[in-house]
Amino acid sequence: MAVDLLERLRARLSEDGLEAEFAHGLLAVQLPREALLETVHRLKNEFGFDLFLDVTAVDWPDRDPRFDVVCHFYSTHDHVRVRLKTRVPAADPVVDSLVPLYGSAAFMERECHDMFGIRFRGNEDLRPILLYEGFQGHPLRKDYPKEREQPLVRYRE
Amino acid sequence: MSHDHEKTGAFEYLTTRKDELVGWARKFSLFPYPFVTACCAMEFMSVSSTMYDTDRFGAALPRFSPRQSDLLMVVGTVTHKQAPILKKVYEQMCEPKWVMAFGVCATSGGFYQNYAALQGIDKIIPVDVYIPGCPPRPESVIDGIMQLQEKIAGSSHPIVGEKF
Repeated sequence: MAVDLLERLRARLSEDGLEAEFAHGLLAVQLPREALLETVHRLKNEFGFDLFLDVTAVDWPDRDPRFDVVCHFYSTHDHVRVRLKTRVPAADPVVDSLVPLYGSAAFMERECHDMFGIRFRGNEDLRPILLYEGFQGHPLRKDYPKEREQPLVRYRE
Repeated sequence: MSHDHEKTGAFEYLTTRKDELVGWARKFSLFPYPFVTACCAMEFMSVSSTMYDTDRFGAALPRFSPRQSDLLMVVGTVTHKQAPILKKVYEQMCEPKWVMAFGVCATSGGFYQNYAALQGIDKIIPVDVYIPGCPPRPESVIDGIMQLQEKIAGSSHPIVGEKF
């Protein structure tokens, strides 16, 4: 039943020209960022992926579109997962926000913006959530030096 | 206090005995404020409950207001984002006060060296006793408490004015 759903989903996505393959028991889809919002809309409304699990990014410092933005979705009815991966360049690290579809995306996108500097078009509230006001740079990017500290309290001595 | 007393040594002898007395009293009356942030809390619970029982050292009753406590136990990792809170808690405590760095993270940052972790709480507040371990064994914590007690017993305790 669950595998059927993923097979149908894969067939539907390949009609749109999107690459989809099975990896570790879930369906992994590579897609251009223009197609992200529409594909997620379809996942939610036609295939019943009602739970947005996570959005994060991967930094590939030597690759040309430097970042992968990775989203995971779960169907609480069919108990299957889908992973969407979108490549964005370092010069313009913007993807569409998923807040209109999943309210829970707001905080997770704030975290992703903190850590990788990915901006989400449509999410108006990208204030720091784990970091603090005044923090320079994005610490999970590979070029952030490991020993760089940005203390809020002046050190003694 | 008369300023023209002769230096016979009697006054100094009395002062020393007074420090011993006050130190002896204070070392068995520690009121810890647990500033607990991470997994070391499990060892803190263990050491403060019946099995290891810090009550034997007069350090059992945690006060959850820094104004009522005299031992700040920093238990766990302190991040840069949390550092202002720790500093404020320390400043709210009344003298005399002591600080214990419980576990490697509070002592030196431990194995965290990154954008988030403060590399030891002694970067921002003075520390009296460091307890290594990840997390420390309850025996190490008891050893730390006893070393702190020795320090308290051996230091001077000005209570009335500057001289006495």
